Amino acid sequence: MAVAQDHVPSDARSTSPFWTVARRDSLAGFLFIAPQLIGVIVFVLVPLGLVFWYSLHEWNVLANTFTYTGSENYRMLLSDPSIVRVLGATAIFSVGLVIFNLSLALLLAVLLNQRLPGITVFRTLFFSPVVVSLVAWTIVWGFLLQKNGGINGMLLVFGMEGPNWLREETTAMISVIVVQVFKNVGLNMILFLAALQGVPKELYEAARIDGAPPFKQFRRITLPLISPTILLTSIITIVGSLQVFAQIAVLTQGGPGLSTTVLVYYLYQQAFQFHFFGYGSTLSILLFVIVAVLTFAQWQMRKRIVFYES
Amino acid sequence: MKAELSARMKVTLYGLLCVLLIPFVFPTWWMVTSSFKPISDIFAFPPQLLPQRYDWTTYSKVFELQPFVQQYWNSAYIAAVVTIGTMIISSMAGYAFARIRFPFANTMFMIVLLGLLIPSEVTIVPLFQMFLQAGLVNTHWPLILVPMFGAPSIFATFVMRQFFVTLPVELEEAARVDGLGRFKIFVRIALPLAKPALASVAIFTFLHSWNLFLEPIVFLSSAEKFTLPQALTQYTDAYGGPMWNIQLAAATLTALPVLIVFIIAQKQFVEGLAHTGLKG
Repeated sequence: MAVAQDHVPSDARSTSPFWTVARRDSLAGFLFIAPQLIGVIVFVLVPLGLVFWYSLHEWNVLANTFTYTGSENYRMLLSDPSIVRVLGATAIFSVGLVIFNLSLALLLAVLLNQRLPGITVFRTLFFSPVVVSLVAWTIVWGFLLQKNGGINGMLLVFGMEGPNWLREETTAMISVIVVQVFKNVGLNMILFLAALQGVPKELYEAARIDGAPPFKQFRRITLPLISPTILLTSIITIVGSLQVFAQIAVLTQGGPGLSTTVLVYYLYQQAFQFHFFGYGSTLSILLFVIVAVLTFAQWQMRKRIVFYES
Repeated sequence: MKAELSARMKVTLYGLLCVLLIPFVFPTWWMVTSSFKPISDIFAFPPQLLPQRYDWTTYSKVFELQPFVQQYWNSAYIAAVVTIGTMIISSMAGYAFARIRFPFANTMFMIVLLGLLIPSEVTIVPLFQMFLQAGLVNTHWPLILVPMFGAPSIFATFVMRQFFVTLPVELEEAARVDGLGRFKIFVRIALPLAKPALASVAIFTFLHSWNLFLEPIVFLSSAEKFTLPQALTQYTDAYGGPMWNIQLAAATLTALPVLIVFIIAQKQFVEGLAHTGLKG
């Protein structure tokens, strides 16, 4: 009996030792994701916790003050006379950007989806600004948009007098949107193009036989079938638009007035130009909440507007 | 929609495409040509599509006014380190999330994905404070570590996971029967098959690092530490106004090499981006 009992575990050990295939796999899994997981915790989640903690403090770096003030910064946020204009500028920028970007991307994708000789050359050229250094692209547009710059020069050749694009409120906002759209619309264009090429051609043939005009085919076949891509690109574009910084810093510095001061730029000014780290952190929390709510809302919308998922 | 187009339709289409192309191509043309113009011709009317007179000194001034070679190297090596680091980190994590069953895998995947909602703009204040405490402000570490572990690399992990999910399991099972461990299966079998996904991860990551602007201006303060985007904005006269032709020469030097690589490899570039992870 005793011998047999002694035997069983040693036998089990030899056929299934501690490092079973499953255990080895678990260890491998942990080790494989460890760099990413630890990195996310150290460089993303801990800072997010800290930014919330900071937002409860009055913290002026220059005066070296760090005092707990509870919700004081949030009250300050609600009574900040600039914040309404900043959020307004952010909303106009994001909405304008998404509408202009997605409709231009879709238009270009439809045009490039035709069987024409040399169409890939056009594709390459429309995509090229994506790989041009962002600040280089912004600088040359800033140069073109000067009062006596290239664009107004061209307009004057045709007898038109252009505005001082970057120094008037409306045209400054239009300018930063347009510069950003031409820079990055190629990405969405390529995603739409791939989606269009995935639509089964038989559907169009069937529609043609039924006598559906091209516009109706587009609305009833193309749009529903590429709706997952529309959702994906709109999420990427909206979240990206909330992060816009270099273009504002180079083109308008948030001006004239506060007309192009979007939230990230305002946050940067408060924290790193005026050294209000506490209030800057409160603005960071606001930015985080906006990004999270928008992403969540769009994800929920998937159920309503997306007809088809691959 | 793919019916044969009539000749008239074709001409209309080509015309439309050419007009739409202007704002995409003209700025680059204007950047390159204006960089050769003397400052007196920079705002000449009517606009000179080709320089009437050439001023070759703009390019030598780019290097005289700032340590431009050093700054170029800074941008290049930071982008290279971030790109290679992200490819390693994200392919390993993406593979594990797609293929390996281990406890809490889903929870950990959700934790990692949560990071996608938190761009570095949100956490820039505590990040600055953390790197200040560690004595790493005005070094390149923040520019390397933050993208390599933050939202850009999480996005890369997501892309890699989506790719590995679609890979047939049979290939790996055969290797397991032959007694290969996980790491060897990953390196010898899964990774070589993942080249298209890795290529698009590399492109995204490189461009992100190459374009980084907020982080450099927050973390760096001395000219020899600057990266290119930040350096480009420094070509200003005594009144803070831009020295346009020199700035455009520096911009040309920054933009052209990447643009040339892109045009040579455009097929892999564009199709890589279109046909990997992002679609899933």
